[in-house]
Amino acid sequence: MKKLICILAFVFPQLVLAAGSNYPLEKANIDLTDNASLQRGAQIFMNYCLGCHSMQYQRYQRTFSDLGIPDELGQEYLQFTGEKVTDYITRAMPGESAATWFGAPPPDLTLVARVRGPDWLYTYLTTFYEDESRPFGVNNKVFPDVGMPHVLEPLQGTPRISYTERMVDGEVIKDVDGIKSDGTGSMSPEEFDQAMHDLVNFLEYTGEPSRLQSEAIGKWVLVFIVVFGIFAYLLKKEYWRDVH
Amino acid sequence: MKALMDWIEYRIPLMRVANMHAIQYPAPMNMNFWYVFGFLATIVLVNQIVTGIWLTMNFVPSAEGAFASVEYIMREVDYGWIIRYMHSTGASAFFVVVYLHMFRGMIYGSYQKPRELLWVFGMLIYLALMAEAFMGYVLPWGQMSYWGAQVIVSLFGAIPVIGEDLVIWLQGDYVISGATLNRFFALHVIALPLVIVILVFLHIIALHEVGSNNPDGIPIKHPKGSLSEDEKTKWEIHEYYTSKYDIADDVLPFFPHIVLKDLVAFTIFLFAFCYVMFFAPEMGGKFLEHPNFEIANPLKTPQHIFPVWYFTPFYAILKAVPDKLFGVIAMFSAIAALFALPWLDRSNVRSWRYRSGLHKANLIVFAIVFIFLGYLGGTPQENWKITASQIATVMYFGFFAALFLYSKNEKTKPVPTRIPK
Amino acid sequence: MSNVSVDANQSAPAKQDQPDNNNRRKFLTVATSVIGGVGAIGAAVPFIGSWNPSAKAKAAGADVEVDISAVEPGQLIRVMWRSKPVWIVRRTPEILAALDKHEDQLRDPNSEMEQQPTFAQNRHRSLKDEYLILVGICTHLGCSPQHLKNGAMEEYAEGVTDGFFCPCHGSKFDMAGRVFQNVPAPLNLVVPPYQFVDDTTVIIGSEAEA
Repeated sequence: MKKLICILAFVFPQLVLAAGSNYPLEKANIDLTDNASLQRGAQIFMNYCLGCHSMQYQRYQRTFSDLGIPDELGQEYLQFTGEKVTDYITRAMPGESAATWFGAPPPDLTLVARVRGPDWLYTYLTTFYEDESRPFGVNNKVFPDVGMPHVLEPLQGTPRISYTERMVDGEVIKDVDGIKSDGTGSMSPEEFDQAMHDLVNFLEYTGEPSRLQSEAIGKWVLVFIVVFGIFAYLLKKEYWRDVH
Repeated sequence: MKALMDWIEYRIPLMRVANMHAIQYPAPMNMNFWYVFGFLATIVLVNQIVTGIWLTMNFVPSAEGAFASVEYIMREVDYGWIIRYMHSTGASAFFVVVYLHMFRGMIYGSYQKPRELLWVFGMLIYLALMAEAFMGYVLPWGQMSYWGAQVIVSLFGAIPVIGEDLVIWLQGDYVISGATLNRFFALHVIALPLVIVILVFLHIIALHEVGSNNPDGIPIKHPKGSLSEDEKTKWEIHEYYTSKYDIADDVLPFFPHIVLKDLVAFTIFLFAFCYVMFFAPEMGGKFLEHPNFEIANPLKTPQHIFPVWYFTPFYAILKAVPDKLFGVIAMFSAIAALFALPWLDRSNVRSWRYRSGLHKANLIVFAIVFIFLGYLGGTPQENWKITASQIATVMYFGFFAALFLYSKNEKTKPVPTRIPK
Repeated sequence: MSNVSVDANQSAPAKQDQPDNNNRRKFLTVATSVIGGVGAIGAAVPFIGSWNPSAKAKAAGADVEVDISAVEPGQLIRVMWRSKPVWIVRRTPEILAALDKHEDQLRDPNSEMEQQPTFAQNRHRSLKDEYLILVGICTHLGCSPQHLKNGAMEEYAEGVTDGFFCPCHGSKFDMAGRVFQNVPAPLNLVVPPYQFVDDTTVIIGSEAEA
């Protein structure tokens, strides 16, 4: 029965996509002003995500200029699909084959941070764990039975649920500690967490590229309104002196 | 210059209308902060129309292009994101000021004789506004757009006999589709704005005919010859009003006094508006819902679906009734009851300042129940909420029933004939 | 604003016309109006700015790289740059030699008007003599002129074998895009900025850096 559910879930991921999880979310602590982090995040995205997921509403050039990367450098280090710098960030893999491989086309990630929130993304990226019952051998804590393979395994190593055993009344009780890498990845656990933070930071940026500009303009607009408000108030008081 | 003005005035009475309605209009001097929301609603209406026109310049009304065109506006059009956020924040701001405007009418009895039609026109604006907001929310073609439209259009399926056919006719397809999007677009950008502007015009005409109410609910117009010269206003009021009535010394000219007061209120409003717009346009998922950043997918319903916050009180009433048809009836009755308010309230005293403690309590409880229903309709379903929303629904209608019963013989305080200074 | 004060005919004192209030009132009225005006201008900026070409339009208007290795002598090819037709003509030695023969009939034979990058302010109006690159839009009202060659131009300009003729209003240009006298078009055809990457590749849209 369980297997059937797994197969069904694989074939119809939309059925399980709606299923939630109450796994506590970790804080992503995003910082859109940290260009170095955003650049590293962009690098991870282009290397590991763009194979399957596109970012079809965002252009390379806009991304480079917002992140402080000169076009030539960006094209050399972040653009692998041979498009022009003015092109949209689209995946190399055609949609139909993606749908056959994963059951559904991998979603576009331009706006994923606005749909899921950065904390969910961060927790999702750091809670893959080995699960032989799944087609790709991994499962996820916040997105149970997810259809995506753990593409970041070369970085993280194989993540396994770790337990501490203790004796209670002569019985062995296994307490879940969390998820631990087997150490075969190229990054240490701290480096991996930082890398995921960078990636989420980048996704938060692409969700709303105007955010920093909005806050920069917004500050001055509010100051202006206060100044105008003071004058409007004084003028009103001046005229209303006749009334009382 | 004066010759030109006279030449124009002789042919079209611009100054006379401006004097009558915007400059020398007699406004009660005790109008408090509750009286700024009508002005603010007008400002938001203008904002919605102007930003809406600009959004239309880049929006693509089709199932294939709508979602991408919104992102195109957000990313590629210079300042497109400001215009879009002005429009999305404006939609919620509209309902904030309209709800406060309506509650003002309720506490000061502004719907009572002779302002019944003024209230009905206001309610018609509210109704048109809800239709406008609903259709506008479908246009970005996100998940909430799609499934929200699905749920609301399905409501019409509850109508006996013709329901099913009516739903298909409204959708123009067997499901919500590009055809639905296109007709909603046409209605949202042309038909309903036109209706709203005309209704607002009629609302203001009706207001200026019967005159503004005030927090004391005391008339400022008195029969001709009933006031001594000392009791009459010293301000310059248009003869349209002074020729028919004696205007008491309780009024101020609309310009500059009321306009300046509204201007101060406007800057406070603008500060809050701009704060949300620039720093929190999603308003924690209340103004722009998170699932709506995902393109509409007819195969996948979002985990929780709610209408936007301003519809949630009525959505809670809909969900509280376990029968589809009666749920829809209850929801529409909740709005219809507001229409009937001028006839349900049988008291002769307008303002709650001079009415019974029971009436004051009834109004406050009503406001709390309305907000509570909004909370229930806008948060995930839980077991306790079903009972809670049923109780709240009964209390919502209980407000109108109680008002009808006690208002006939209500113990009210004596109302002065002149506005207390 | 005085017209809104107390009616002059009434006996009550005009309360707000007390002189000590007047200056303050005037100052506040002017200051509030000026600040409000600035605010209104500021609010108009996004609406005006949003009519500029979007990132999409700019991407579509980016530089165009053209391979001209296959262009035969005498041939004209058309490419799109910023949604406008751009002609690339490979001129034969005969055409080049004929350019100075009709200069008395031209309006601006020395290209004194700024219709070209400085590198093209010469008789050939080009970077390389052989290749003429022009925006193929008539400077009169925006039609795209026809390329008439091998004597077909003689019908419109005596003694000129090759040139461009605009069918809309009859403007005439020679094989350097220079406008003839007595036609509606006021200026020579526009030479876009361009540069050669190598002998057979040209980039339209930007000049080589000096």
